[in-house]
Amino acid sequence: MFSLMVNGERHKVDAQPDTPLLWVLRDQLGMNTVRYGCGQGLCGACSILVDGEPARACQMPVSEINGRRIVTLSGLNDAVSAQLRAAWIELDVPQCGYCQSGQLISAGVLLRRNPNPGDGDIDSAMSGNLCRCGTYQRIRAAIHLAARRLRGGS
Amino acid sequence: MKGAATAGGLSRRSFLVATAGTGLVLAVGDARAETGPEAAGWRANAFVAIGPDGRVTVTVKHLEMGQGVATGLPVLVAEELEVDPAQVVVEFAPADSRRYNNLFWGPSQGTGGSTATANSWEQLRLAGAAAREMLVEAAARVLRVDVGGLVAANGGVVHQPSGRRLSYGELVAVAARLTPPAAPRLKAPSEFRLIGKAGVKRTDSRIKSDGTAQFGGDIRLPGMLTALVARPPVWGARIESYDRKAALGVPGVVAVIPISSGIAVAASSFWAAHKGREALKPRWVEPAERVSTESLRRTWTALLDQPGSPAATRGDADAALGQGTQRLAATYEMPHLAHAPMEPLNCVVRLSPAKCEIWAGCQFQTFDQAMAAKAAGLRPEQVEIHTLLAGGSFGRRANPASDYIVEGVEVAKAVNVPVRLMWTREDDIAGGWYRPMALHGFEASLDERGLPLAWRHRIACQSILAGGPFAGMVKGGVDPVSVEGAANLPYAIPNLKVDLHSPKTPVPVLWWRSVGSSHTAFATECFLDELARAGGKDPLELRRALLADRPRHLGVLELAAAKAGWGDPLPSGRGRGLAVHESFHSFVAQVVEVSIGAKGEIKVDRVVCAVDCGIAVTPDVVRAQMEGGIAFALSAALFGEITLKDGRAEQSNFHDYRCLRMDEMPVVEVHIVPSSAPPTGVGEPGVPPLAPALANAIFAATGKRLRKLPIGDRV
Ligand code: FES
Ligand code: FES
Repeated sequence: MFSLMVNGERHKVDAQPDTPLLWVLRDQLGMNTVRYGCGQGLCGACSILVDGEPARACQMPVSEINGRRIVTLSGLNDAVSAQLRAAWIELDVPQCGYCQSGQLISAGVLLRRNPNPGDGDIDSAMSGNLCRCGTYQRIRAAIHLAARRLRGGS
Repeated sequence: MKGAATAGGLSRRSFLVATAGTGLVLAVGDARAETGPEAAGWRANAFVAIGPDGRVTVTVKHLEMGQGVATGLPVLVAEELEVDPAQVVVEFAPADSRRYNNLFWGPSQGTGGSTATANSWEQLRLAGAAAREMLVEAAARVLRVDVGGLVAANGGVVHQPSGRRLSYGELVAVAARLTPPAAPRLKAPSEFRLIGKAGVKRTDSRIKSDGTAQFGGDIRLPGMLTALVARPPVWGARIESYDRKAALGVPGVVAVIPISSGIAVAASSFWAAHKGREALKPRWVEPAERVSTESLRRTWTALLDQPGSPAATRGDADAALGQGTQRLAATYEMPHLAHAPMEPLNCVVRLSPAKCEIWAGCQFQTFDQAMAAKAAGLRPEQVEIHTLLAGGSFGRRANPASDYIVEGVEVAKAVNVPVRLMWTREDDIAGGWYRPMALHGFEASLDERGLPLAWRHRIACQSILAGGPFAGMVKGGVDPVSVEGAANLPYAIPNLKVDLHSPKTPVPVLWWRSVGSSHTAFATECFLDELARAGGKDPLELRRALLADRPRHLGVLELAAAKAGWGDPLPSGRGRGLAVHESFHSFVAQVVEVSIGAKGEIKVDRVVCAVDCGIAVTPDVVRAQMEGGIAFALSAALFGEITLKDGRAEQSNFHDYRCLRMDEMPVVEVHIVPSSAPPTGVGEPGVPPLAPALANAIFAATGKRLRKLPIGDRV
């Protein structure tokens, strides 16, 4: 039995210790915003926050999670996440959408650290998140838009 | 997110209520297309239903895999029905080859070949217009007035002389008793208020930006098991032995089942199935002949010296090759490519004695239905498909063998509970169904003005169509999709000959976003650039000269060149290249700007794209498809390559099947040619011109002619 704190709620799960957190979140807790894309830490589809730091859920055995705070996209409702989501919708960023919860997690990490990122900052913060539909240009624009709004611009 | 959303629990209606807001809304779930009045409202026809509250439901028969059909198709209905997009919800059609077939494909439902908008263009406007005329007629009866004074607008019918207005919701009960009109009047393009206009938003951005969009892997049914399949690593291998006991010993593993594609392990969770599959340690009997990229290159290169099956002939190319003042030859090579959609393949299957239900991002519903029926021992009409959103496809899900669907059904049949069949990324990358490798050999001659006199083009490429249900399209040894973009070369070259070899390999191949044009455009547009240089001509100038009779090619070419500043000087180490290509009846030109670093590092700075797709129904979706097509093509041009060795693929995941990332994405500008022609495709046509424009830009910057893809990080 492992005890997990996910999006502010405590869950007890019965899983093999080597089970990646990704599959505990998806298969046992039904948290579908955390997506499977590669299982090898290569694509970012499974991006989450662990104790506030970005992490790849597919790379974390559940046994190493005990007591740490997990946040998924649906657990985020701060101003940064709200502005990012609004910018994503306004610029119609998603195509298939499968990568986008991971993209939004990484974009949020960036904006919480750097309220005024340049293109180079966006590149380094986002290049761990693959998008096979090629929405990168709109992701970049949406991050700039959200950042501007968060700084009080329009 | 409150716990698991199950397929049963996330009902269509609760979803609609949950997301009702502004703008078009995409519903999750499938339509129940019944004719006649429904309890809750009026089903006007296969595509339009209107509730007593005035809410309009549009049924989309095509798969939404990112390309925007769930936005563009409802616009066609809303335009004619005279409703605000905010009144419309969208749902996906059930599998029904009679009612929801692709009109370009006969009695077959499916999405592909960039046909979704084009085949729906009249059908959906007629569906909207028919419903509108019936609502107007209903208003005439209710108000006891002549239809002449009635106007449909904004979700209601207004009697102009009196100013009285009835909303559609108030009219559905009467409209439901009327006979549909035989020939509803369609608007002239000048009357459009939605089609072609800016400001129409995607229906699915919200659910894809808050994570609630539902894909196949999100479906959970009571008692459901998750299954993975151990497939032969070498094509053509047979199973010799496997450790069934060890797999069953893994906690959570419930069953080990030999199926037609390999050995399936069904378990209570993905992870248990994964570990169970590892424990199988299967041994395979490998075939004597094991294919490699090296061996294919060798034998196919030899084929390029032999005449193939003729695909196009004009004048006498063989004779004209010896005339002219210059003679050129070149060989181009393109590798096998995996589609690698972001969502690895999966499906959920529930079987009962008389029914098979499938939840998946199905792209070929009619094939999937037939193949599932065969595997389940049922009739096709007993197979019910719930088409979900797909996390990309790029052609992979349009598989007439329905490979992953059949696997799901075979496992479900054996275990007697619902099954979620999943592919891992490794299964996907190494699992075949690739864009075929292709070799292109050219010979050409130029006349004294530097214009091409003869063009001989020979292709060696495994056939996609041969051996499958479309084999009948292969005529005279020519698979039309192997030569598309080459046999119909648009350039006015007096002597032309294109022929084809279709060598067989054990590796299954499939359409990959833009199909034949994904390789023919690279070869033809690069070689044309070589001819321009050899003849001392600017690549734009030569194309202009040879496309005088091709106004739509010229239109995109001139637009892209002008917007890109073709001819403006660039600093040293930078270069511009261009390419133009027609595919799926759309015309796209691209100008690529590239910088080459001190160590030969390639950086693609900018891509200017012009597209003529007829009427651009939703222009921002067209732009998005060009942006996405360019990223997808650039990914392949720089990095994409499946190599074969000892009968197996050497790549397995994104570390060795590298895909474009944010820091490699150029600035993309898209310009749409205004048009009043019927709409044509946009999902694929953004792909073909990118690779040749890039290689031509690298030549402009460095003088190095690259004839083999992928190009890699540096020259
Ligand atoms: S699924 Fe975790 S990084 Fe790809
Ligand atoms: S939107 Fe499809 S993978 Fe990113």
